[in-house]
Amino acid sequence: MNHDYILQLEDIHKRFGDTQVLNGIDLQVRQGEFITLLGSSGCGKTTTLRIIAGLETPDEGRVLLEGKDMARTEPNKRDVNTVFQNYALFPHMNVEQNVGYALKIRRRNKEEIRSEVKRMLELVQLEGFEKRMPSELSGGQRQRVAIARAVINQPKLLLLDEPLGALDLQLRRQMQQELKRLQKKLGLTFIYITHDQEEALNMSDRIAVMKDGRFQQVGTPGEVYDSPRTAYVAQFVGSANIVRGRAGERAGEGVSFENEDGRGEFLPRGKTFAPGDPVVLAIRGEQAQVERAAGGQQGPGLYGTVKEKSFSGGMLRICVELAGGQEFICSRHGIDSELVPGDRARVFWQPEQPCPVEEEGA
Amino acid sequence: MEEKKGGRRSFPKAALTMAPLYLFTLVFVAGPLVYMFVLSFLTRAESWGVVGEFTLQNYADIFEPVYLETFWESIKLALLSTVIIAAVGYPFGYFMAKLPPKWKKRAMLLLMIPFWTSSLIRLYGWIIIFRANGVLDSALMGLRVTQEPLKLLYTYPAVVVGMVYALLPFMIFSVYSSAEKLDFSLVEAARDLGASPLRAFLTVSFKLTLPGLLSGVVLTFVPSMGLFFIADILGGNKVVLVGNLIQEQLMKTHNWPFAAALSVALLLLTTLILFLYRKISGVKDLEGLV
Repeated sequence: MNHDYILQLEDIHKRFGDTQVLNGIDLQVRQGEFITLLGSSGCGKTTTLRIIAGLETPDEGRVLLEGKDMARTEPNKRDVNTVFQNYALFPHMNVEQNVGYALKIRRRNKEEIRSEVKRMLELVQLEGFEKRMPSELSGGQRQRVAIARAVINQPKLLLLDEPLGALDLQLRRQMQQELKRLQKKLGLTFIYITHDQEEALNMSDRIAVMKDGRFQQVGTPGEVYDSPRTAYVAQFVGSANIVRGRAGERAGEGVSFENEDGRGEFLPRGKTFAPGDPVVLAIRGEQAQVERAAGGQQGPGLYGTVKEKSFSGGMLRICVELAGGQEFICSRHGIDSELVPGDRARVFWQPEQPCPVEEEGA
Repeated sequence: MEEKKGGRRSFPKAALTMAPLYLFTLVFVAGPLVYMFVLSFLTRAESWGVVGEFTLQNYADIFEPVYLETFWESIKLALLSTVIIAAVGYPFGYFMAKLPPKWKKRAMLLLMIPFWTSSLIRLYGWIIIFRANGVLDSALMGLRVTQEPLKLLYTYPAVVVGMVYALLPFMIFSVYSSAEKLDFSLVEAARDLGASPLRAFLTVSFKLTLPGLLSGVVLTFVPSMGLFFIADILGGNKVVLVGNLIQEQLMKTHNWPFAAALSVALLLLTTLILFLYRKISGVKDLEGLV
C-alpha cells in the first residue's frame, strides 16, 4: 500500500437503476494537490465526489483514505468535508453557527468554537458577519461561509462541487484566485468539480477529464491542453477541431495525412502510423491558418468554403465548412479578415501543431 | 418600496374584487361573534329566548365549581389528545414526505378518502369497533389476548381514541407540508460535517420541520377544546366537555345567554392558551396560522 497518497480510488463502479454512472474510476491524489474533475453534466463527476464524501456507496471498488478502505464508512466518520453546489447552508442558523457546526458536533467548548469561527471568517474575509442569517447574504458571501464551514475542522480532503457555478463571471474569477490562495495557505488537498475548462486549467495541479463514467485523461493542465489523449479531451479542453483521415508515407520527422478535403503533415509524437492507418488529429483554431484559395488545390491543407465570421473575446473566428459538411473553426487576432462568407478557403498548419489523438477513451 | 407603490396603484381594483370576501366574512364570521357576545350579557326569558336586560350573572355562573371542573377536563383531554397526535402524526408526516413520489400520492389519497365521508358516520364506525362484543373485543378474544369483553365504549379512552382519530390528519398534513420543503442536502451537509444520523436529524431536520409540528399542535389543540360530538357519541354521558356543556345549555336547557357566555369564555381561554404557546414556542410565524 502506498501511503504517499492521501486518496486512492480503485476501480469504482456505480449504477443507479439502469444507468451505469461510474465505470471503473481510478485516481491517486497526493497530499496538498489541487485536482479537478472536469466534464459536462451527467458524466459522473458529482457521483465520484459523493462516493469520496461517503454520501454514496460504490457498487464495486475501493476508496482508500490514507491507505485505509473507507468505501463503506459513514460520512461523519471520514476526515473529508464538502462544499456543496448549492452551499447547503443551514437556513435556521446564523453565520457563526453554520461555520462552527462541525466543532459543536465534536463538543468543543464555546470559547474555542468562537475563536476558531472568528479565525475562519477572517480567512474568507467575512469578519463581522457572525450574526447574519444565510438569507441575508449575497451569493458570494454564502460561498465564503460554505468554505469556512467546510475547512474549520481541518479536513484531510476538501471536496468542492462546482462551488463557483452560481456566481457571475467577474466574481468567479476573483473567487478562483482566492480559493487557490486558501488552498496554499491551509495546505489542504482539494478535489474540485467543474464543467468550465478555463477554471480547471487556471486552478488545478492536475485535471481528470471525465466522460460517461470514465476518466479520459488525467494529467497536468499543460498535458491535457497540449497533448490531449482523446478527441473528446481535445474538444472539451480548448475546443480543438477534430480532423479524421488516413496516414500516408513518412516524410522525414513527420507523417503525411490525407482525407477527402485535402492533405497535410503531422508529427507522430511517439505513436507509429503505417500508411493507410486511420488518423484523428486535434488542431486548435488559433494554430491553424486560413487563406483564400484560388481554383483547384494548390499546396497542402484542407479546402472548404467560408461559412461565417464572428468576433468574440478579442479573436476573430472564421468558420470554414469542409466537403463532408464538417466545420473547421480558425481563430486569429484582429477584428476582420479579407475573407468573406462564400469564399473558397484553404486551412493549413505546421507539422508540429496537430496532436494525433485516440477516437474515444477506451 | 416598489411593491408598496404597485400595491397602491392597483388598490381600488383589488379592493373591488375582494369586496365579496370581506362581506362574506363580515356577515358570517364577525356577525355571529358579535351576536354571541351581546347575547352573553342578556337575561334568560321565562320560557324561551332572551329579554334585553343587561347582566353579568352569566359570567359569574361559570365560576361555579362544576363548570370550572368541566373547563379543566376539556383542557386535560385536549392536551392528552394533542400529545398523542403529535407523537403519532409527526413521524407519520415526516416519513410520508420522504416517500418516493408515487407512494407519496397514494399515501395522501388514503388520508384524504375518509374526509369524503361525514365525520359523524365515521364515529359511528368506532361504536361498532368499541362496543361490548364488537369488532375489537371479538378480535382480541378470538386471538385469546383477552378473556372477556373490554367494554371500551362510553369510556374516557374511547373518547381519546376518537379525538386522535378525528384530528390526526391535520397534524400529518401540517408536518408533511413542512417536511416536504426540507432540503435533503442540508442533512447531507450535517452528516458531512460530522453529525451522526440522529444528531443530523435533531439539529437540522427536526429544527426545520418544527414549524409544521407547532402549527399542527394548534390545528389539533384548538378544535379538540370545542369538539362535543366525539364525547357525546363515544363517551356517552360519562365524559362532559365544555362543548357538551354549551350544546346542552343551548339545545336542552334553552339558556342561550349562559351558552353564549360559556362560548365567549372558551374563545378567550383558547386565545390565551395560543398566546402563551406562541410566547413559549418562540415561533412567530406558525406556517401562517396564528
